[in-house]
Amino acid sequence: MDCYTANWNPLGDSAFYRKYELYSMDWDLKEELRDCLVAAAPYGGPLVSLLRKPWRKEKAASVTAVLEIYSASACLWPWKSGPVVSLGWSAEEELLCVQEDGGVLVYGLHGDFRRHFSMGNEVLQNRVLDARIFHTEFGSGVAILTGAHRFTLSANVSDLKLRRMPEVPGLQGAPTCWTALCQDRVAHILLAVGPDLYLLDQSACSAVTPFGLAPGVSSFLQMAVSFTYRHLALFTDTGYIWMGTASLKEKLCEFNCNIRAPRSRWCSRPRSKERAVVVAWERRLMVGVMRPRASSILGGLFVLDEDSYLVPELDGVRIFSRSTHEFLHEVPVASEEIFKIASMAPGALLLEAQKEYEKESQKADEYLREIQELGQLTQAVQQCIEAAGHEHRPDMQKSLLRAASFGKCFLDRFPPDSFVRMCQDLRVLNAIRDYHIGIPLTYSQYKQLTIQVLLDRLVLRRLYPLAIQICEYLRLPEVQGVSRILAHGPVQQKDVSDEDVARAINQKLGDTPGVSYSDIAARAYGCGRTELAIKLLEYEPRSGEQVPLLLKMKRSKLALSKAIESGDTDLGDVHGVAFVPTGAPWFCKHQELETLKDLYNQDDNHQELGSFHIRASYAAEERIEGRVAALQTAADAFYKAKNEFAAKATEDQMRLLRLQRRLEDELGGRFLDLSLHDTVTTLILGGHNKRAEQLARDFRIPDKRLWWLKLTALADLEDWEELEKFSKSKKSPIGYLPFVEICMKQHNKYEAKKYASRVGPEQKVKALLLVGDVAQAADVAIEHRNEAELSLVLSHCTGATDGATADKIQRARAQAQKK
Amino acid sequence: MAFPHRLDAPELPDFSMLKRLARDQLIYLLEQLPGKKDLFIEADLMSPLDRIANVSILKQHEVDKLYKVENKPAVSSSEQLCFLVRPRIKNMRYVASLVNADKLAGRTRKYKVIFSPQKFHACEMVLEEEGVYGDVSCDEWAFSLLPLDVDLLSMELPEFFRDYFLEGDQRWINTVAQALHLLSTLYGPFPNCYGIGRCAKMSYELWRTLEEEEDGETKGRRPEIGHIFLLDRDVDFVTALCSQVVYEGLVDDTFRIKCGSVDFGPEVTSSDRSLKVLLNAEDKVFNEIRNEHFSNVFGFLSQKARNLQAQYDRRRGMDIKQMKNFVSQELKGLKQEHRLLSVHIGACESIMKKKTKQDFQELIKTEHALLEGFNIRESTSYIEEHIDRQVSPIESLRLMCLLSITENGLIPKDYRSLKTQYLQSYGPEHLLTFSNLRRAGLLTEQAPGDTLTAMESKVSKLVTDKAAGKITDAFSSLAKRSNFRAISKKLNLIPRVDGEYDLKVPRDMAYVFSGAYVPLSCRVIEQVLERRSWQGLDEVLRLLNCSELAFTDMTKEDKASSESLRLILVVFLGGCTFSEISALRFLGREKGYRFIFLTTAVTNSARLMEAMSEVKA
Repeated sequence: MDCYTANWNPLGDSAFYRKYELYSMDWDLKEELRDCLVAAAPYGGPLVSLLRKPWRKEKAASVTAVLEIYSASACLWPWKSGPVVSLGWSAEEELLCVQEDGGVLVYGLHGDFRRHFSMGNEVLQNRVLDARIFHTEFGSGVAILTGAHRFTLSANVSDLKLRRMPEVPGLQGAPTCWTALCQDRVAHILLAVGPDLYLLDQSACSAVTPFGLAPGVSSFLQMAVSFTYRHLALFTDTGYIWMGTASLKEKLCEFNCNIRAPRSRWCSRPRSKERAVVVAWERRLMVGVMRPRASSILGGLFVLDEDSYLVPELDGVRIFSRSTHEFLHEVPVASEEIFKIASMAPGALLLEAQKEYEKESQKADEYLREIQELGQLTQAVQQCIEAAGHEHRPDMQKSLLRAASFGKCFLDRFPPDSFVRMCQDLRVLNAIRDYHIGIPLTYSQYKQLTIQVLLDRLVLRRLYPLAIQICEYLRLPEVQGVSRILAHGPVQQKDVSDEDVARAINQKLGDTPGVSYSDIAARAYGCGRTELAIKLLEYEPRSGEQVPLLLKMKRSKLALSKAIESGDTDLGDVHGVAFVPTGAPWFCKHQELETLKDLYNQDDNHQELGSFHIRASYAAEERIEGRVAALQTAADAFYKAKNEFAAKATEDQMRLLRLQRRLEDELGGRFLDLSLHDTVTTLILGGHNKRAEQLARDFRIPDKRLWWLKLTALADLEDWEELEKFSKSKKSPIGYLPFVEICMKQHNKYEAKKYASRVGPEQKVKALLLVGDVAQAADVAIEHRNEAELSLVLSHCTGATDGATADKIQRARAQAQKK
Repeated sequence: MAFPHRLDAPELPDFSMLKRLARDQLIYLLEQLPGKKDLFIEADLMSPLDRIANVSILKQHEVDKLYKVENKPAVSSSEQLCFLVRPRIKNMRYVASLVNADKLAGRTRKYKVIFSPQKFHACEMVLEEEGVYGDVSCDEWAFSLLPLDVDLLSMELPEFFRDYFLEGDQRWINTVAQALHLLSTLYGPFPNCYGIGRCAKMSYELWRTLEEEEDGETKGRRPEIGHIFLLDRDVDFVTALCSQVVYEGLVDDTFRIKCGSVDFGPEVTSSDRSLKVLLNAEDKVFNEIRNEHFSNVFGFLSQKARNLQAQYDRRRGMDIKQMKNFVSQELKGLKQEHRLLSVHIGACESIMKKKTKQDFQELIKTEHALLEGFNIRESTSYIEEHIDRQVSPIESLRLMCLLSITENGLIPKDYRSLKTQYLQSYGPEHLLTFSNLRRAGLLTEQAPGDTLTAMESKVSKLVTDKAAGKITDAFSSLAKRSNFRAISKKLNLIPRVDGEYDLKVPRDMAYVFSGAYVPLSCRVIEQVLERRSWQGLDEVLRLLNCSELAFTDMTKEDKASSESLRLILVVFLGGCTFSEISALRFLGREKGYRFIFLTTAVTNSARLMEAMSEVKA
């Protein structure tokens, strides 16, 4: 066991630092690391390297640079675009390549081109001198130093807003060093020009001096910001290091060393009291730890075998070189307590006890007793569990967990979930740390990152089976876990046709709960696969979800047809999909008459256009002339629509309107908007018989109608004389029964009887019954020998008076039957 | 009397839940605007609202004064105005004018618009155009199902008919689907679904989509209603166009039943005041006569009067104790029944006065002739006379439509002359009405045969025989035809009568039309339920032009109890008539089913025609 702490380096009073190998690198670097542009993503992310030679030395060199992307354990494709200034990874693990002309190319993890954006014209003209990619709360930002020594930055590349920083006064050459800071959600730039420090924010450039900086600094060579942007280290040409808060207002410590041209990175542990900066130069690595209240710093030296590159992480520094990939961090408290030489911490005792127990030695009991006497068993178990989390080697994890579970046996009420969760987490961590997966996350990073993000990253790396296994293992709800992976997975497959992918996704998913096809489609669209997105949307059952995305993809026609298909016309309206074919007529009819007219005009819908003008002639126009004009337009439209009937009818109406107008002028009274029939009736009622007849002739009113009309009008007037004259004017086209009826309606039995005699034989019985002459009706019926008529008369025989008639009919019937 | 329900008839689900739901939602919406407020109600929503929440409930939730939404400025002095309206443009203009008037006067008030049953984007657009969108808050009162009776749910959307069948506007389909969705969440899924018509199909599909979106909710629930049948009004216009002779239908035709209640005027109540009567199963007298052919109603009522008298008479010879019992327990019931009886007798008399005249009988005779398809010439001249005499614009129009549908359109000569006559009688603006009717397929012209055949022969010379046949089919389907005659034969809609049809003991559904005609819609429903599918009805579907628009969907779940399988929800899209309801109630009694009706609105021939008419603005 003693040797376990062999790689621990004590630094300061109480802290140990350790460096352990994550992987031996398997990358096939042809050049020295120092000749490459290298970038690594935080949280155990991928690495990228790009040979920088070709552009440095001879521009015309025929050597194609190769952009290589590696997992943390160590793909590649030729670089065809322009010179790259800087490489970096975004928070979504997208590779950002900042080119000399200010263009930024965004690639996926697998080298698939995602998109491209430019950092603006100013950058384009002045070229890019240097660029940094930094991470903020919003995502990943890019800061650029242009050839004109101006800074341009964007705090979030996925929502690109360029900010041009103010000029630095008196800046002649390039700043000696600079970095992007992010404080209070605002991105700043800190730069050093010789001995002067400037802080650039959006509005101003201010000179700053670090608090308590030792005099005699001639130039700042390097600056390093901590992972959380809280701390800053400045390195001068004299080998002096100043460490303090990023606001420069507080100094933490300072110290001198004799190093030139280092690369420095912060290395700290969350919640640790001590901060450390890791400085690498040539082949040596120095860890500078500051102690509170101490003005000096202790430097620990690690010797590196090769040129290395440092990647700051949340709780340490990743160091990789041509052959190895290592992790340097401060030993966490729990581990330290347990493994420190001669530690009497409860956890250490518990671990010891368990070991003895395995050896079947009675010492186990002694150790255990000791812990229990102190009443620290719970603490011991917790310590073991925590320490297990921070161990990289599975065997150490196991032994610590074994100890914890051993200790647990002696506790009554130890909540099991922390232990179980740790076991689960470690399994997941070990799985992803595997050489083939190559995501060397530490426990604290994992907790910070959350399982969801981790799953997304696995999906991004197309490690679907592993991701699914993890979900199933952690029993994540389907919506968060498996379904999401299933959904997002295949979209990123590139080489398969859209149709096949869509079908495959559908087959895999079917109607799995929690899967939203529109989400998948949105993702596919995000990957630039519009056609696939459309195919996927076909499977989306909710049209409400289809339409907005289709619109976003600028497929308004399809969106429109979907909206129509959905039957929910309102859907079309809401999203402003062309108003025309769906809700339009309804809406226009009530709101925008002009639009409606244009619509009909456009469609050459003359029939509707005609109707439209007719409607207008009633609603919009007051004056007769206007109305007639509207009707004329309508009639023209009807002719165009080959609806001659409507056209003629409209023309008739125009004539009628004009006539009615004249009648009103000449005779007074109201005629306008009466029907033809009513107009004539009004004339007759007003005693203008001549005019009525003239009108009837003009409009070719059929005889039948005229007779009905006159009959009714005269009866209303009770002008019996005129009626009789009229009835005798010629043979009635409607028969004389109506005369009888109308007289009876006016209760004029006397007049009715006159006409009853003139009623034709078929209707005579009816007429006679109407005037109440049952006896005569019976006679006629008998004469006709008509059974129906007989029974009709019979039904009218009521009371005693008609008794005789009834008998007569019965007799006639009997006779008829005999025959 | 006549036909009591069979003993094994299934229980109806309790639809009062729908009322409670609507009420709670409304109260919630009102509470969203705390403090005193004035409520403006659209006229069309007043009666439905009355059935859901009466004035005292509204007052409880701080509604101060009630106003009707009409075209004049409001005099409300309240600081908060709440509008309860249908999503119509004119209502939006009204709200906007109020708000703008306040703005001019420098007043600030709170405005809230509650749309029922849903909000349309176009409405918001109007508010926006009028510049008041920001001043008004909008909400939806998803009140789409009003239980008018134990077996009748109405959406109270009379405009559905015109909007969909004339304007082709599909806005309301979503509302229908939502309503169906609500029913299935409350009363379990429907294991068997049938439907016919384009709108039915679309509503059904949209409804299914809604269900899928929220799956899981209805799954595993026991279905309470075994079948659902969706039917478009345009599948059967004929039935809706016929004069109704069943009591409830007659009352509707004569006095207009509005939202389940009717205003009987002085001529019925024989006093100078009119009386509002709620017509539903709770009215015992009405419940017994509603489905009766009118010829039986009078006899029944007099019998009932005699029984009532007998019950009154019992009190003679009672001792004091019995008398006390009688007064405390029975008298109130008897009095109530007495009152109802006198109302219905009054109504009957009034109907008799109107309907037993010769005119009415001739009208019925003509209708029957049209349905049976004989003496077409005579019927046509009857209609002409009807028009010439200006009997009634709506009636004339109805007869013309009936003639057109039963005859596959009017022959061109009649089409022109009847229209000319009509325009002369009732005013030229009806030119638009005719264009509407033509669009809806209610009044059409027979395709001039020879031109088509000429076209056909020309085309068929160019192609093979087989294709020519297809072309003929295509030509014949060019004009939307009703093919009523063939359907009538196929489905045996005109019962063969030997001797007198006994209306007292009806044999089939034809009794609702005096034994002359079985309502097409009801027959189709009967046939499909019998077969449990559309199988064997291909010819009928073809004739109805609905070959592609009929569907069945059966789930193979056995969870439905035999009781629920005898409950059938019939959904009429575009409205149904009381005659159809009576016919199906009759069918239910015969077969041991119980029908539940869901309609966009209760309709009748006059309402259909009015919906198609263009009235001068």
